[in-house]
Amino acid sequence: MSSLSLAARDSSTMLRRNLLHARRYPSLTLNLLLTPVMLLLLFVYIFGDALSAGITGAGADRADYIAYIVPGILLMTIGGTTIGSAVSVSTDMSEGIIARFRTMAIHRGSILIGHVVGSVLQCVLSVVVVGAVGVAIGFRSKDATVVEWLLAFALLVAFSLALTWIAVGMGLISPNAEAASNNAMPLIFLPLISSTFVPVDAMPGWFQPIAEYQPFTPAIETLRGLLRGTEIGYNGWLAAGWCLGLAVLGYFWSKSVFNRDPK
Amino acid sequence: MPSAVMPTPDRDAAASAAVSATGLRKSYGDKTVLDGIDLHIPAGTVFALLGPNGAGKTTAVKILSTLIGADGGQASVAGHDLAASPQSVRAAIGVTGQFSAVDGLITGEENMLLMADLHRLPRREGRRVTAELLARFDLTDAAKKPASTYSGGMKRRLDIAMTLVGNPRIIFLDEPTTGLDPRSRHNMWGIIRDLVTGGVTVFLTTQYLEEADELADRIAVLNNGRIAAEGTAAELKRMIPGGHVRLRFTDPAAYRSAATVLNEATRDDEALALQIPSDGSQRELRSVLDWLDSAGIAADELTVHTPDLDDVFFALTGSTDRTTATTVPHQPKEAVR
Repeated sequence: MSSLSLAARDSSTMLRRNLLHARRYPSLTLNLLLTPVMLLLLFVYIFGDALSAGITGAGADRADYIAYIVPGILLMTIGGTTIGSAVSVSTDMSEGIIARFRTMAIHRGSILIGHVVGSVLQCVLSVVVVGAVGVAIGFRSKDATVVEWLLAFALLVAFSLALTWIAVGMGLISPNAEAASNNAMPLIFLPLISSTFVPVDAMPGWFQPIAEYQPFTPAIETLRGLLRGTEIGYNGWLAAGWCLGLAVLGYFWSKSVFNRDPK
Repeated sequence: MPSAVMPTPDRDAAASAAVSATGLRKSYGDKTVLDGIDLHIPAGTVFALLGPNGAGKTTAVKILSTLIGADGGQASVAGHDLAASPQSVRAAIGVTGQFSAVDGLITGEENMLLMADLHRLPRREGRRVTAELLARFDLTDAAKKPASTYSGGMKRRLDIAMTLVGNPRIIFLDEPTTGLDPRSRHNMWGIIRDLVTGGVTVFLTTQYLEEADELADRIAVLNNGRIAAEGTAAELKRMIPGGHVRLRFTDPAAYRSAATVLNEATRDDEALALQIPSDGSQRELRSVLDWLDSAGIAADELTVHTPDLDDVFFALTGSTDRTTATTVPHQPKEAVR
């Protein structure tokens, strides 16, 4: 077997192990789904009237706000799910089994790749679940072509991959689950200060650049454009750049931390 | 006390060595954990690295099993240089760490199949090896339960079973019986003996002298990052002078007056105990007792001590705290008052 196929085989073994964990202990993943679903319902049904009036002008109804908020909630779901990845990587690294893996003649990267692929799959699954809630309360795409749907899917996967690599790095530097959960807070905090709930224009002037150029807003605007036909502009390229940049950064960071001698 | 290192093994035998190391060093910050250790372990033998907590045993295993790098020195395992070809070393070894290296979230069987997959065994072969090893280690009944629900002994057995999936030629066992109850401990000894019968080289660390004495062909005593002595159990026992009779007092005044009379005895002021050299024979014991009577000394407790690995260990690791001693059989302490 070539080294590439060995790497693929070991990675798929590790992936199966991680999926087994996720399937056997689904509570962590399910808990992380609660936050985006609660926020979605809270903002639509409690704050929705005021917010929709502010965003779409007087006479706007709730459906307009649902259309506005769901794309952001979907990306927030990814952020929340990757916090779970940071926690599970950190927990896993403290286990003796990882020391065993390190002393076996396996492809070294497979341990992390298994986590990353597992996490991306979980992200996609979570997006589907939260997306279903969105559809159930009335979200519909508008004039989206097949290509736009595929691009939307690609964006969600790429964004998941990018955030996962960052989350894996955060998990690796965290000594325990609590620390991992704290270190990964930005992944759920950033969507709160993005264009998820209100447009960037509605924020204070000094804050607008932060909200506009952080990773979530370009991705949200792109997804919104793909599904709802709003203006994407340069946000598509910004989103692609963030995905690529974060994935590469997270990959090399995680790799270098993982290759250090364990304590 | 003698602390001479046994003659270094000859270099010609390096070819048949399962593990050989020269001048291994490791420090964390300014704390030196391994201060230049040399090892030579012939293939097919059991080697015990014996030492107190913090002596550097685990660090030695971590280095030799490629888990961490050494700061200095050279070592090869199964004929492969550790630094140059760690993957070849990994392919030849199996490691069972001090802390159970099993995945607690999945079942025992799933742990075994995971190992089979990582050793790239064909599916059918993996199932066969799994079933066989689970049966051999008496885990078949618990195979479908999560490993986190296993007892300490079961976890350790699963751990070893997982190590054996790859059919390693050299096995590192880091404190394999620490924390096990006496029955599990004896089971583990049986397992280790079986491994050796199969031609496997075993490198084990332990803090139990009895364990090293029971299992190992050769023993190295590790203390403060250095090998204080190395040899067979018999060779090590020969390194220290004969046994002694130990007299313990409860009354400090009686202890002091006895110590003045028995000026050739070794004093242990803290324990109020005196040690008189003796080979432990009946004749010598009688003469010691007669002598004590004539000097009017009445100890509260008398124990006869023949040299064992404990003496070597305590002599070499610089501790005077004796925890095990052979009490005179059938002789209540009142009898020697």
